[in-house]
Amino acid sequence: MADKVLMKGNEAIAEAAILAGCRHYFGYPITPQTEIAAYMAKRMPKIGGTFLQAESEIAAINMVYGVSSAGKRVMTSSSSPGISLKSEGISYLAGADLPALVVNCQRGGPGLGGIQPSQSDYFQATRGGGHGDYHMIVLAPASVQEMAQLTIRGFELADEYRMTTMILADGTIGQMMEPVSFDFEIKEEPEKPWATTGTGMKRAHNVVNSLYLSPEVLEIKNIERFEKYDLIAEKEALAEEYLTEDAEIVIAAFGIAARVAKNAVNAARAEGIKAGLIRPITLWPFPVRTFKKCLGTAKEIISVELSMGQMIEDVRLATECKVPVSLCKRVGGMIPSPEEVYAAIKAAAERTGE
Amino acid sequence: MTREYLFAGFGGQGLLFSGKVLAYKGLIEDKNVSWLPSYGPEMRGGTANCSVIISDEPVGAPIISYPDVLVAMNLPSLDKFEAQVKPGGTILVDSSLIERKVARDDVKVYYVPATKLAGENGFPTLANMILMGKLLDVFSEYDMEAVRAALGKCVSARHADLLELNFKAMEIGKEYQD
Repeated sequence: MADKVLMKGNEAIAEAAILAGCRHYFGYPITPQTEIAAYMAKRMPKIGGTFLQAESEIAAINMVYGVSSAGKRVMTSSSSPGISLKSEGISYLAGADLPALVVNCQRGGPGLGGIQPSQSDYFQATRGGGHGDYHMIVLAPASVQEMAQLTIRGFELADEYRMTTMILADGTIGQMMEPVSFDFEIKEEPEKPWATTGTGMKRAHNVVNSLYLSPEVLEIKNIERFEKYDLIAEKEALAEEYLTEDAEIVIAAFGIAARVAKNAVNAARAEGIKAGLIRPITLWPFPVRTFKKCLGTAKEIISVELSMGQMIEDVRLATECKVPVSLCKRVGGMIPSPEEVYAAIKAAAERTGE
Repeated sequence: MTREYLFAGFGGQGLLFSGKVLAYKGLIEDKNVSWLPSYGPEMRGGTANCSVIISDEPVGAPIISYPDVLVAMNLPSLDKFEAQVKPGGTILVDSSLIERKVARDDVKVYYVPATKLAGENGFPTLANMILMGKLLDVFSEYDMEAVRAALGKCVSARHADLLELNFKAMEIGKEYQD
């Protein structure tokens, strides 16, 4: 374990971004993600990168737009209310087909809400967040190691599909320390022939823009973008399955909720209840196939969330309501205990038992 | 084996730091570890706590409902968390800051006047590390090499003198018998 260090989840994101070749970070402080900005402030000047604390979240996301247009890897990070502010810019990034990495270390909402962990930005993240028809690729880490790993993967996906990848974390994963290894194989950054890097008088101007006043052209742009989304849904959906092979009670949970749920699944198994866990790693695209597969044995699915029930809608859609889907939740910055989730499993087992 | 530790007290007492030293010691010894701070408007004088899990298995939830070990450095923390400690668990009390005794009889309790000892030895801010020394000794896990290595990870090389003070504080805690 010599190569492992103890690091906060937020710091692991920042270090991984640097490893991935990101040399431009623009942000604005907000709990519980400020460690990302602090880490970047310390590191970027030493490696020839740019750290800039913008005057606002809106300014920061538009700086991201600028760097991305020039073909460089770039990121910003914030927490829930700040992401709402950035959403206009994220929509523009989508409309201009620009790659970027945006981190949302979620806190309780709505409004200013609180500063404790939450997952209540699921709808905002998976449906796009800003105006217009678009998606982001949404990755949901459940450990500090994954914070690092999915950051690197996030940059790759963003470049490959020319779109925003969001790391949808929460205050717990952001603040906790765990051992993390940065022993990653970093792929070479792809060429970006579309970037506005100067023509050198050798080619036509590249234009990066999200304004299309001709409805005929804009319709085609949207349809083409959704063809890309279909491809991503086909290729990139990812989930961890834990003891699902014979599971009659299947938990659906991501991020920190999945960590809690795993303890509860183990406790249920010890009592002879056939429980299992599906942990979506990509929230968009949603791992529909994994959920369909569990229908062979599942009698009930419990969506465990730090929200009033948002992912549960995708679980119902993915399983076409073929089995009951119930909700086990805490909100406002509270986290369900393994005992609460275990109680939900036990109740479901009793409901569905012969 | 899994052991769950809760360090609780005032902000500024170094509870997050001692949790980090413990977690690093676990990492050095090839264990699975997690460290989770309470975060928020806490600051010097407010309440602060951190949860550390050291396990042979991968750590599930980093949040602790029922700790095996409570290190309490102020009265509100003991009042709040005493009842949550698992039966058969362990409570370490800084008896120079907490006058009352632990009411439960199904846990092991160690009273260490850590803040007083720290002051007497000229490092009033290292009561946390005195308790840490005692804590490791209680579980016969005071491996000097691992302790020094863990401290080395948590104290920057520029502050080698602080490392020695931290180590000295831990030694005092280890030797203390109540």
